Amino acid sequence: MVTFVIRRLVAMVFVLFMVSVLTFLIFNVIPNSDPAVQMAGKNVTPQVVEQIRKEWGFDQNIVVQYGKTMQKVFTGELISYNNRVNVVEEIKRGAPRTFSLAIGAALTWLVIGVALGLFTAVRAGKWSDSLVTVLALIGISMPVFWLGALASYYLGYKAGIFPNGGYETFSEGGIGGWVQHLILPWVVLATLFIGVYSRVVRSSVLDTINDDYVRTARAKGLSERRVLVKHVLRNSLIPVVTLWGLDFSLAIGGGAILTETVFDLQGIGQYLAESIRRLDVPPVLAITLFGAFFIVIFNTLIDIVYAFLDPRIRLQ
Amino acid sequence: MTQSQPLLDVQHLKVDFRTEDGVVHAVDDVSFQVQPGEVLAVVGESGSGKSVTAMTLMGLTRSPNAKFGGSAKLRDLDLVGATDEQLRKVRGKEIAMIFQDPMTSLNPVHRIGAQIVEQIQAHEDVSDAEARDRVVKLLERVGIPRAAERVDSYPHEFSGGMRQRVMIAMAMSNDPSLLIADEPTTALDVTIQAQILHEMRDLRERSNTAIILVTHDLGVVADIADRIAVMYSGRIVETGTLDEIFYDPQHPYTWGLLGSITRIDRERPKRLPSIPGSPPSLLAAPEGCHFRPRCRHEFGDCVKYPQLEGRIPESPGHDDRCWLPVEEKRKRREIAPGQIGLEMEGATA
Repeated sequence: MVTFVIRRLVAMVFVLFMVSVLTFLIFNVIPNSDPAVQMAGKNVTPQVVEQIRKEWGFDQNIVVQYGKTMQKVFTGELISYNNRVNVVEEIKRGAPRTFSLAIGAALTWLVIGVALGLFTAVRAGKWSDSLVTVLALIGISMPVFWLGALASYYLGYKAGIFPNGGYETFSEGGIGGWVQHLILPWVVLATLFIGVYSRVVRSSVLDTINDDYVRTARAKGLSERRVLVKHVLRNSLIPVVTLWGLDFSLAIGGGAILTETVFDLQGIGQYLAESIRRLDVPPVLAITLFGAFFIVIFNTLIDIVYAFLDPRIRLQ
Repeated sequence: MTQSQPLLDVQHLKVDFRTEDGVVHAVDDVSFQVQPGEVLAVVGESGSGKSVTAMTLMGLTRSPNAKFGGSAKLRDLDLVGATDEQLRKVRGKEIAMIFQDPMTSLNPVHRIGAQIVEQIQAHEDVSDAEARDRVVKLLERVGIPRAAERVDSYPHEFSGGMRQRVMIAMAMSNDPSLLIADEPTTALDVTIQAQILHEMRDLRERSNTAIILVTHDLGVVADIADRIAVMYSGRIVETGTLDEIFYDPQHPYTWGLLGSITRIDRERPKRLPSIPGSPPSLLAAPEGCHFRPRCRHEFGDCVKYPQLEGRIPESPGHDDRCWLPVEEKRKRREIAPGQIGLEMEGATA
């Protein structure tokens, strides 16, 4: 177990290094991405551009540039080329917003998705199964920006039940304000995943429900409820854990860009989207590393949880 | 053996499954009785309906696509007509079951002990500690070494034979009056088979548990059974005591079954003996006797539906479904002096 974690941590360093190199290189080959030109603004003389280039070190060897940038990432001095604010400070501001969104939504879709999946599997072939299946497909098919805009407009702007976008910290509005601002984003982000998870859980349960040990459990005289929860669900949730860990780490690393943007939560995903649009390398690099870090960490956690869920698996 | 009140009385049991291709008559009018403490072997080839019969007694074939007929009375409770809750109370307590494949019959994510404790506590109000003690004793009884430690092992830490012992311990945990063993030794090595049979014999001697042993292995049957029911194509074609079936078989299918055993005490045949043809589809079985298309002794009467009845005057307990007169059967089944079995090319007997 300890060696497993150490090995994973070593691998993580390598992954983060590769991710940072690739991100850095991509922005060096994109046309019109010369940071000196961007920073100089409009209507400037080439001399000014040249001066900025010298000042910021954009004329140096690319390896040197990469090294200096990475150094700033870790010392927290990384400055955006675009508006010259401290990137690490911006991420610190955005992270709690993204975490709040991701944790709430991920729990919502896990609980509801599993419940619906089990429900439909037990009623497979009946009309209630078909109904939930249709609803799940609708949920999967609805684009987040469309559903989010509708929810925000009707329930927020028109009906006034929820605030019209934005985010409130605990200190600003207490738990009530925090929850109130997040309910719609949670539901909207979770909708797609509820659809997906209910389908995955349904098929996983149907795979398990005819297994020999489930028959054994019935033959023991257990109640149907106990058979379903202890024997069927317990085994069919093992693959779902992997899926959930991946989806959750994506969302927490800034992957919920659309939801954050539609509700103007100003989380990391939204920051990433804006930075990409401005071809602003420092924040993109920092956020990509941030996201990759969570994905690797969660993958390791999933593997550890996996070994607990399935005793046949040994960590090596 | 007293013929007073049987432990299990199955009368005209029918099981039909609706499938996309039509209705499968998996079990077609099966009747038999099991006395307390008796071992009844149900033999037949794959698809003969023996497993479905066994599972139906446990209610494990219940599904929206299954249709049942007849009755199966365990003392006073009809297992076919029982509600799910009535059945649940009987399962594991009155009737226990051991399945064919011990490798997949235990839940891989729960500890062995917990899986047995679960069954005990489903029927009796006992504390965890008490149930655990009982489980350790049960595991010791079926020959699991260091049972007190192994009770916390997971199934994958056990071999197939050990897992089947665990299944037997589980089956015994509530002292059932009937044990249904569905091919309990098929998936095991021959040496392990003997040990498992020994455990079952032990169980029967110690707690007078009746056993229904579903198998296609006549060697296993000869070892342990009191009576035999031979099934073919969803029906019992012959039923009698061990000696009656082995030494005075009446149905040509039984002759074939007996003849297809390879024997160490006889000259080696050029080819392994087998019954020619294959069993009929249960979607559209032939009229009359189901064995008719594969039977070399077929004659006019065979298109009529043969009832299972005692056709041998001197042994009333021995029933079969063949229309041939008894004398004729005795003459035809002999392939060599004193030998019963298959008469076919290559079988030098």
